[in-house]
Amino acid sequence: MTADVEAAVAESFHAEWGRVVATLVRLTSDWDLAEECAQDAFATALERWPRDGIPRRPGAWLTTVARHRAVDSARRTRLGESKTREVAVMAAESDDGVRPDGGEEVPDDRLRLMFTCCHPALTFEAQVALTLRTLAGMTTPEIAHAFLVPEATMAQRLVRAKRKIRNAGIPFAVPPPHQLVERTAAVLAVIYLLFNEGYSASSGSDVVRRSLTAEAIRLGRVICALMPDEPEALGLVALMLFHDARSAARVDDNGDIVVLNEQDRTRWDTAAIEEGRLRLDSATRLRRLGPFQVQAAIAACHVSDAETTDWAEIAILYDHLFAMTPSAVIALNRAVAVSMCEGPEAGLALLDGIAPDGELREYHLLPAARADMLRRLGRRSEAAEAYRRAFDLAGTDAERRYLERRLLEATA
Amino acid sequence: MRYLLLIALDESASTGTPEEDGQEMQPEYAAFMKDMAERGVLLGGERLRLTSDATTVRVRNGETLTTDGPFAESKEQLAGYFLVDCKNLDEAIDIAAHIPGAKDGSIEVRPIWEM
Repeated sequence: MTADVEAAVAESFHAEWGRVVATLVRLTSDWDLAEECAQDAFATALERWPRDGIPRRPGAWLTTVARHRAVDSARRTRLGESKTREVAVMAAESDDGVRPDGGEEVPDDRLRLMFTCCHPALTFEAQVALTLRTLAGMTTPEIAHAFLVPEATMAQRLVRAKRKIRNAGIPFAVPPPHQLVERTAAVLAVIYLLFNEGYSASSGSDVVRRSLTAEAIRLGRVICALMPDEPEALGLVALMLFHDARSAARVDDNGDIVVLNEQDRTRWDTAAIEEGRLRLDSATRLRRLGPFQVQAAIAACHVSDAETTDWAEIAILYDHLFAMTPSAVIALNRAVAVSMCEGPEAGLALLDGIAPDGELREYHLLPAARADMLRRLGRRSEAAEAYRRAFDLAGTDAERRYLERRLLEATA
Repeated sequence: MRYLLLIALDESASTGTPEEDGQEMQPEYAAFMKDMAERGVLLGGERLRLTSDATTVRVRNGETLTTDGPFAESKEQLAGYFLVDCKNLDEAIDIAAHIPGAKDGSIEVRPIWEM
C-alpha cells in the first residue's frame, strides 16, 4: 500500500470517526454495534482505497459502508428488535445521503453524541472515557493509558456507561433550550479536562497522553462549527490554542521548565495564536461573557506581541474571573498579576488572604509564588524557606529542578 | 419509558407529630400533581408513612428475616414516590426537579425494568 493511501485513511480516521459513529448510533441505538461498524468501514477503506482510489468524499463513503454493515448485522440476528433496526437503517438511507447539490451530508449527529457522552447522569470519568472512545476514536487501551488506570478498569467503565445510557433512557439529542447552557458547560468541561491531561504530559515523551491536546482542540473546533453562537466554545478553543502555541517553548532541550518571560518566542506557533485571536474576537462579538472567554483573554495577554506584558489588564481579568467562579487558584493567580503591576508587597498582602491549609494546601505554586515575591523584596531567608516548601510539594522532576535552581539563586 | 421518582427527605426536619403533620396535601404538591396530570405523565404516586413504621424483609438461606425499620440508614428517608411515563431521562429529570421535595430533600430517578 502506498503511503498516500495510508495517510488518507489516517486523516479520515481523525476527521470522520466521530461522525460515522454518531450517525450509526442514531440509526441503530446500539453503541457497540456503531463502533464495530465504524471499525469495519475503516478496515474496508484500507483494503479498497489503494485499489479503487480515494473517494471524493471519504466521510460519506465511510458512513455508507458502516451503514451497510449495520444492515447486514441486523439481518444476521433474528431478534424482533433487530428487525425494527434494519428498517430504520434502510429507511434512513433515502433521506440522509448526499445532498443533490453535492454539498456535505445533511445531519451532523456529532453534537447529539457529545451531549449524550457528557450527560450529567454519567460520572465525569465515564463522560471523559466515552467522549474519547466514540468521538475521538481512541481505543480502550489508549484511553486507559492516558488516564493511568488498568485496561480492565477502563473497559468496565465504558461498558457501564453504555449500559446506563441504554437502561436509564439517556436521550441521543441536543438538550432543550432550558437545559442547554448548563449541559453545554458540561461538554466544554470534558474537553478542557482532556486538554489539560494532554498539556500536563506535553513536556514528556508519552505520545498517547500528548495526543489528548490535539483531540481536545479538534473536538472544540467541531463544537464551534456546530454551535456557532456559543461564545464559551469559541473561548475554550482560543484558550487551548494560546496554551498549545507555547508548548514547544515551555521546556528546553534538557526537559527543564522555561518560564514565560524567558521563552524563545520564535518557537511559538504563530498560526495557532492567530486562530485563537480570531476565535476570541468572534466570541467577544456575541456579548455573552463567560469563564473560558476571560481565561482566553488572559492567555492572549501572555502571547501578545507587546514588549512588556500588560499585568494590570491581566489583574483586572482575574477580578472578572474570580467574580464568575471564585476559587483559591484564581485568587493566587490574581495575586501574582497584582505583584507584577503594583509590586511584590501588594501581591504578598493578597496571598495572605488565601488560607494556607485550605483548597491549596498541597499546591506547590502557592509557596512558589510567595517565594518569588519574597525574593523580589530581598527577604532571602524567608524566600528560601518558601522555595523549600514548594519543592517538597512539587509533583514532577522538571518542577523540582526549576525550584531547586531558584532556591540556589535565593541562597547564593 | 417509565421512571420511579423516589422522594428522600429528612424525617426529623418535619414539624408536628407524624399523625397530624400534613393531613392535607401541601399546596405545592397539589400544584405539582395538577401540572403533571396536565402533562399526562403521572401513572401513580403516594406519600409514605414514616420509616418508624417500616419493616424490612430479607430471605437468607431460605429463612425469612424480618427487621424493624427501613433498608437504608442515612440522613434522608424515603418519603414518597411518583411513577411517571415520559420520553427519556431528560424529561424524567425535569419532572423530578419540579417535585417540591427536591428543594429540601433529594429525588432518586430509577428507570423501571420493563419485562
